[in-house]
Amino acid sequence: METATQTKPEIAVSLRDVNKWYGEFHVLKNVNLDVERGQRIVICGPSGSGKSTMIRCINRLEEHQAGQIIVDGIELNNDLKNIDQIRREVGMVFQHFNLFPHLTVLENCCLAPMWVRKIPRKEAEATAMEYLERVKIPHQAKKFPGQLSGGQQQRVAIARSLCMKPRIMLFDEPTSALDPEMIKEVLDTMIELAESGMTMLCVTHEMGFAKTVADSVIFMDAGQIIEMNTPDEFFNHPQHERSKLFLSQILGH
Amino acid sequence: MQAFITRETLPSLPPPNTIKGPMAWMRQNLFSSVGNTIVTVVIVLAILSALIPFINWAFIKADWIGTSREDCTSGGACWVFVYVHLKLFMVGLYPESEVWRTLLVGAILVVTLAGLMIKAVPFKKYIQIFAIIVFPVIAFILLSGDSFGLPHVETNFWGGLLLTLVIAIVGIVAAFPLGILLALGRRSSMPIVKAICVVFIEVWRGVPLITVLFMSSVMLPLFLPEGMEINKLLRALVGITLFQSAYLAEVVRSGLQAIPKGQYEAANALGLTYWQGMYKVILPQALKIVIPGIVNSFISLFKDTSLVLIIGLFDLLATIQGAFASPKWLGYAIEGYLFAALVYWIFCFSMSRYSQHVERSLKTTH
Repeated sequence: METATQTKPEIAVSLRDVNKWYGEFHVLKNVNLDVERGQRIVICGPSGSGKSTMIRCINRLEEHQAGQIIVDGIELNNDLKNIDQIRREVGMVFQHFNLFPHLTVLENCCLAPMWVRKIPRKEAEATAMEYLERVKIPHQAKKFPGQLSGGQQQRVAIARSLCMKPRIMLFDEPTSALDPEMIKEVLDTMIELAESGMTMLCVTHEMGFAKTVADSVIFMDAGQIIEMNTPDEFFNHPQHERSKLFLSQILGH
Repeated sequence: MQAFITRETLPSLPPPNTIKGPMAWMRQNLFSSVGNTIVTVVIVLAILSALIPFINWAFIKADWIGTSREDCTSGGACWVFVYVHLKLFMVGLYPESEVWRTLLVGAILVVTLAGLMIKAVPFKKYIQIFAIIVFPVIAFILLSGDSFGLPHVETNFWGGLLLTLVIAIVGIVAAFPLGILLALGRRSSMPIVKAICVVFIEVWRGVPLITVLFMSSVMLPLFLPEGMEINKLLRALVGITLFQSAYLAEVVRSGLQAIPKGQYEAANALGLTYWQGMYKVILPQALKIVIPGIVNSFISLFKDTSLVLIIGLFDLLATIQGAFASPKWLGYAIEGYLFAALVYWIFCFSMSRYSQHVERSLKTTH
């Protein structure tokens, strides 16, 4: 039985011929992608290539206009029930943290479990403290986000997402807004999460992170997936001209 | 280049002392030069020359207690006018024997507000429920009567400060949630909801309050079926509430627009529904930003209540004007208007101070 599930892994996220336009601008062009459960995918590419848009389509922060997106066995369409169900199972970490500034760290972490999952406050707080400990800031629980450093805020944001016990995590450039000294603490948290077996899709330019944890690297340009390969192959032997140019520019300096 | 490496870690020192006392402050700011001194002296003299006669008239030479204008003999302000009419100014023509009911409502209101505003008082949730649901019922039963053995007092007899407060409080409490709903509706992605809200807001903002009150009291009865009558006060309350909600909607909308898109996205991404996200994430932040604007609206509503005079409701200002227009008290308009100004100012200034206190207590950064 176990070998059967191993030979035929479950698909967590599946994109089929996904297309999206911003007005006249064709931002996603026939994107096809299957993410297996437990897989860690790093998405990179120049700005404006559609990588953020793609992962934001997975939890319907953006709407795709053609094609099919299936998350955790549920198809994303205009059915609000499906959208709500998918958002419960998909956590997201943003570039600018997007913590709720009027709530304490602990309240930030308890809000969605209490209101969406209807978990009693005591239980939600216990879970929140557990995750705050995992991201190594339990002693800041009573503070407001504005009193924390950028790196701490991002770790709280990761804990806040995990409190919903999601099955899939999306990261939208989680370290791009951080001071260099703080990038490592956030990456360490993400690496730990990856090692625990979480399904992750990360838009990031942290190539060290990609090499350490990613199962595959996706390179996007102009709304298309240009290349998809293991990190080793992608960084050492990029196939497409555009990938070679991109790598030479980010690694060359 | 000369290399540099620090050899010590500098300790943190307290900031330099800048407090100097009032004398030093005056010397530095008011008398720093000959020109400055002259300007200071001239301004102080100008203020005194206006203030001294006023204080003389209003306090020192004033008459305070008496029964008729014959008691005003000192040549200063005749506060006897206010003293004699105090009951009229406070509750209008409310029957003398039933005035205790208005005082009781006032007392309950003061205690409830204190319970809500003073941080140390526990059970805030229950006090809120009491204030929003129980208090209006109690206040209505007490003021209007006709049940629990209380004689009925028609709203025609309500007047003075009582009427002003009834209109202002009902207007504020009812317009606030309606204004929030209109603001959310105007930003809705549903075209029909949005259109209804835009039309409502623009129509009500576009007409003067006087017109609204006039329509409600003169035009509305023409359209109602014969024999059907809606209480005049109720019509005024509905008119003022709808009018005020349109203004509040725009104030709240400005707060909603100031919330970064990321907050909406984070709420959505966590699985919160639209109403959950609004209630727990967006509105608390948006309303905090627009506290000054909201209080501004409330203060202007409080003062606008005096317009109900034109439909024959006698609020604080109207009872005062009525009193000094009576032949027995002709000529005491100044005292009357000053008293009205003082009462309005006390309420408006209290609202302003309380809102500043709320703003400070909601601060969540350093």
